[in-house]
Amino acid sequence: MVAIAHPVPARRINPVRALRHSFTLAWRAVVKIRHNPEQLLDVSLQPIIFLTMFVFLFGGAIAGMSRHQYLQFVLPGITVQTVVFASMGSGINLNTDITKGIFDRFRSLPIARSSPLTGLVLGDVVRYVVSMGILLAYGTLLGFRFHNGVLPVIGAVALVMAFALALCWVWVLLGLLVKTPQSLQGLGFVVGFPLTFGSNIFTQTVTLPGWLQAWVKVNPITALTDATRGLMLGTGPVATPAWHAIAWIVGIVVVFAPIAVTVYRRKS
Amino acid sequence: MSGYAVEAKGLVKRFGKTKALDGVDLAVRQGTVLGVLGPNGAGKTTAVRVLTTLIRPDAGEAQVGGFDVRHDADRVRALIGLTGQYAAVDEDLTGFENLVLIGRLLELPRRDAKRRAGELLEQFDLSDAGRRSVKTYSGGMRRRLDLAASLVSRPEILFLDEPTTGLDPRSRGEVWTMVRNLVADGVTVLLTTQYLDEADRLANEIAVIDHGRVIASGTPSELKAKVGGQTLDVRPADPADLPAVSEIVGKAVGTVPSQRADDGGLLSVPVEDDDAFAVVVGRLREERIAVTELALRLASLDEVFLALTGHGAEEEN
Repeated sequence: MVAIAHPVPARRINPVRALRHSFTLAWRAVVKIRHNPEQLLDVSLQPIIFLTMFVFLFGGAIAGMSRHQYLQFVLPGITVQTVVFASMGSGINLNTDITKGIFDRFRSLPIARSSPLTGLVLGDVVRYVVSMGILLAYGTLLGFRFHNGVLPVIGAVALVMAFALALCWVWVLLGLLVKTPQSLQGLGFVVGFPLTFGSNIFTQTVTLPGWLQAWVKVNPITALTDATRGLMLGTGPVATPAWHAIAWIVGIVVVFAPIAVTVYRRKS
Repeated sequence: MSGYAVEAKGLVKRFGKTKALDGVDLAVRQGTVLGVLGPNGAGKTTAVRVLTTLIRPDAGEAQVGGFDVRHDADRVRALIGLTGQYAAVDEDLTGFENLVLIGRLLELPRRDAKRRAGELLEQFDLSDAGRRSVKTYSGGMRRRLDLAASLVSRPEILFLDEPTTGLDPRSRGEVWTMVRNLVADGVTVLLTTQYLDEADRLANEIAVIDHGRVIASGTPSELKAKVGGQTLDVRPADPADLPAVSEIVGKAVGTVPSQRADDGGLLSVPVEDDDAFAVVVGRLREERIAVTELALRLASLDEVFLALTGHGAEEEN
């Protein structure tokens, strides 16, 4: 062997190192946002547009409530909708990394095999936080009030965030399977719209026709919205929908994370 | 160790029905450059991806730095650097941040990662651009940054997959100089290319690959010797004389000369006997045929490829 010092000893990958690699890659996402804050434009403008549109344009018509009442009703749900669409970004970013070859570079390094995926998902947390922060601030400005104290609100945000992180794995899987970031975007809307609009985010389930009620009731977004609403407003049941939502979160992670990781490994 | 930094035997990789690799053997001696030469779709990139642990071969084995690419992938990854066909750098980050990111992933302490990034930017003449977003870089600068990124870990074995494809001649020359410097520092390089002159200039040994198989290997001069050593070129001043010249040359050499695909006015033929040249000169004078070019030279790698595969190196693009 030519005597060259190894600055990188071939050590076993353990969870601590894997986590460190993931955080380094999440740091990359943060640096990118710092350079191009406009990256956050979609995740910050979209909730503002939706909230404005539904409260002022459709609000009275859909739910037969006053504007103020409807704002209270719809804001928790829009929080959910926002992260559903924001989580799509993980898949798009991943797909971009793959098509540009950056992913190969990471995979040729002596780092944990899973860290490019987990790093990506972790980095996305920043986008969710920004997005939800903007939405809640704007909602408050319009007159939304948290009637239930601080802790439940934190609980609601944590629940929505957990759901987003779970959903990420679905997008990551799709990001691994589709050819271009554009096709993922198209697919995103096909999945995202029935999930968010076919739920109780914008209107109460009882007002819907029977067949649609059937879908809305099994839709995980409905459970999540109920729980978020309950936590933020202090009205309605929290425990049952929260458990439902948690079950969904666990279920999605248990099913999609291993599939995504397997597909990612198979890519070899 | 065997003295080989890279050794692969019988590599097979299928993608659906196509066999991207159909039993490839490759060996790179410690501290030398192996040029893997072949047209697009020949299997060069697949071979590199197998050797850099990005994909698993369906059959065959490969050792890199003495470690099996399948069972000891982590050890292999700790020894290698890879520069792919396209610049695999993050466009949204600055050049400096790209290199620091790699350093941090390699678990260098923050300060060391920054120092190493600074060194490499300097070495690759990117110091001024280091604080700029990669988006603003030219193609050549990106490629240099990409090469720098693959060197953060000071790899012993470097894989360069078509490192100069799409670069202008000046940038190509710069990449060549960098590769030579690395080899002078003891780095082993496996480089794929579809440019024959690149393999000729950089590689100690060349493996010619086509349709997933190595069809010839050896030093550049061994390969040239394989097709008769020397080539006779004749260019008649008047293209109307081509048939007559072709006949004269054909009789003198014993082989009918061929017209170059990209240059119909030039006749070329491999020659084994030096006397043929003198005979051709004499006959052309007798027939009073004027020529603008008449030369005896070593065969180019282009001709080697044509002779080995029956088709030109770049025609399948």
